[in-house]
Amino acid sequence: MSDNVLKVDHATMQFGGVVAVDDLSLEINKGEIVALIGPNGAGKTTAFNVITGVYQPTNGAVWFNGKKIIENSPKGKMKKEYLGSNGEMFKECIDPTPDHITKLGMARTFQNIRLWKSQTVFDNVLIAKHCRTTSNVFSATFRLNRKEEAKQRQEVDELLKIVGLDDVKNELATSLPYGKQRRLEIARALAAEPSLLLLDEPAAGMNPQETEELTAFIGEIRKQFDLTIFLIEHHMNLVMDISDRIYVLDFGKLIAQGTPEEIQKNQRVIDAYLGVAEDA
Amino acid sequence: MDLSRKKKIFTALVLFVVLAGCIVLDVVLPSYHIAITVIKKATVYALVAVSMNLLNGFTGLFSLGQAGFMLLGAYAYGVLTIPVAKRAIVYQYFDGGVIHFSLPEVFGSIFGTAVGSVIGMLIALLIGGILAALMAYLIGLPVLRLKSDYLAIATLGFAEILKAFFQWNKLGPVTNGSNLLKSYPVFDHATPYVILAGLMIAVILLLINSTYGRAFKAIRDDEVAAEAMGINLAKHKRMAFIISSFFAGIGGGMMAMYSGTIAAAPFKSAMTYEILLIVVIGGIGSITGSVIASFLYIISSEWLLRGLDSGTFLGISAPGVFKNGFRMAVFSVIIMVIVLFFRKGIMGERELPDLLQKRSKKKKGAAK
Repeated sequence: MSDNVLKVDHATMQFGGVVAVDDLSLEINKGEIVALIGPNGAGKTTAFNVITGVYQPTNGAVWFNGKKIIENSPKGKMKKEYLGSNGEMFKECIDPTPDHITKLGMARTFQNIRLWKSQTVFDNVLIAKHCRTTSNVFSATFRLNRKEEAKQRQEVDELLKIVGLDDVKNELATSLPYGKQRRLEIARALAAEPSLLLLDEPAAGMNPQETEELTAFIGEIRKQFDLTIFLIEHHMNLVMDISDRIYVLDFGKLIAQGTPEEIQKNQRVIDAYLGVAEDA
Repeated sequence: MDLSRKKKIFTALVLFVVLAGCIVLDVVLPSYHIAITVIKKATVYALVAVSMNLLNGFTGLFSLGQAGFMLLGAYAYGVLTIPVAKRAIVYQYFDGGVIHFSLPEVFGSIFGTAVGSVIGMLIALLIGGILAALMAYLIGLPVLRLKSDYLAIATLGFAEILKAFFQWNKLGPVTNGSNLLKSYPVFDHATPYVILAGLMIAVILLLINSTYGRAFKAIRDDEVAAEAMGINLAKHKRMAFIISSFFAGIGGGMMAMYSGTIAAAPFKSAMTYEILLIVVIGGIGSITGSVIASFLYIISSEWLLRGLDSGTFLGISAPGVFKNGFRMAVFSVIIMVIVLFFRKGIMGERELPDLLQKRSKKKKGAAK
């Protein structure tokens, strides 16, 4: 129980009548790389958004490092609309904003790259350090925090060296080639000093060679930063290569979980991906 | 010499030349000369435009409440600095008002008249800024949940309400109702305006280049990403709104100093639009742009194009065409041309030191 970094406890996310995530429970242990896969529209990104506080779940709870960070139960209109079986399980309402969750040590990347477009590579990473800033706005404005600022800049320089972006650090983030933008987004997430890194389709739009490089890169940063990684991905090569365990979602429901070998043989997963003949 | 050092020297040089030029003008010209008036008004507008740019250009919050916050600053300045002896005349319809002290006189009695009254005036300005900031905090609670156009309309409405509120007769003992506040001490020379506004703008620049300023820019570029990277949207938006209003309040106090009288009526939405125009012409996201644009705007509207209203312009005498209102027609055309040819404003997102860089980059290209 205590070595769980992340625990999602019977989480349901319902938009009106649409159940995007249905009674999802999963656990991620320290140091693991866990993948969340599923066909398009299965609710993977919604699950990420629930975990990172973008959406408030209709019902359910999320635990992070043994502490409950999110909990909600259906109220008002949703009480009637809610179709789940575990409506009475949760009572409290804990609804932190995403920045709060990031400060707890969970950082994410986005499916469609969301870099700060008018900023340089260096600044993109430096801004992510802002959430670790302790100085207030007065001391920051009047440069009373020189030490902290210098330390942050040095840390960013080091980080950029590690991820191999230090040669382009003064270029605009959007002028980078696609693969490097992806890498920069991961670097930015790392700058927030997370213990759990959530990657939403990090290899989307990459060719096989870039995907291979990314696979190696993810492995490297896990070691170097002592990370736990939770990722959504469609590139099965990448998923099967680096995942310790895999969860499979289909229509919001968890249909399988296990090691890559188990998942590859699982009939329900194969059906979900390939479809089942109507008359079978 | 490396580029960043060159930039620093260039910036320092430009600032020095501007300040020296202003002092020379102050010594040579009488204080009622149009050049001095223009410098005063332009510096005030520059400060307010920069404060608006902090919000609209750097944080991406489209707010149109600037005139309202200026009004607060102006009234705070006037109410706190009118000499006690003159209050009976100023507040003639309200039995001399309810406030019976004047900050310049209070501090004058402590530090001596000359130094003390300047301190009192500065403190009155500061109080105006703080009042505007407090109001921004209160307004921000409900209003900052809104986005883009909706925020603009809400803040615009607030400014109009505030204007009406200050003209309310029941508040007369403090605000003098819809009558003028006057006879308060002002700086006659242009240099104090330039120094004051320059210092305020420098503070805003420092803020923008600090970690908080970077967070503001992140919110402007992508709110979702900013929030996901641990930037508290509510807190930072509120902060930008309050700081921007603080400087708008100080700008309002300086506006009162410049104009010599205070009434609520001039602080109408047209004033906000003027400032917005300056921000857009200068370049959304460029402090230097806002300052340059405000000087261009004020110089041309108050001085160079004056002739268009009064019959003779550039030596051409055509009283039939050049009469009242023609200036604004020409002015609108000029603005349209500027907006068409400089899509991102005069400066885009560049600042003063970047002007040097562009030139050196071109040189590099030529060498190749």
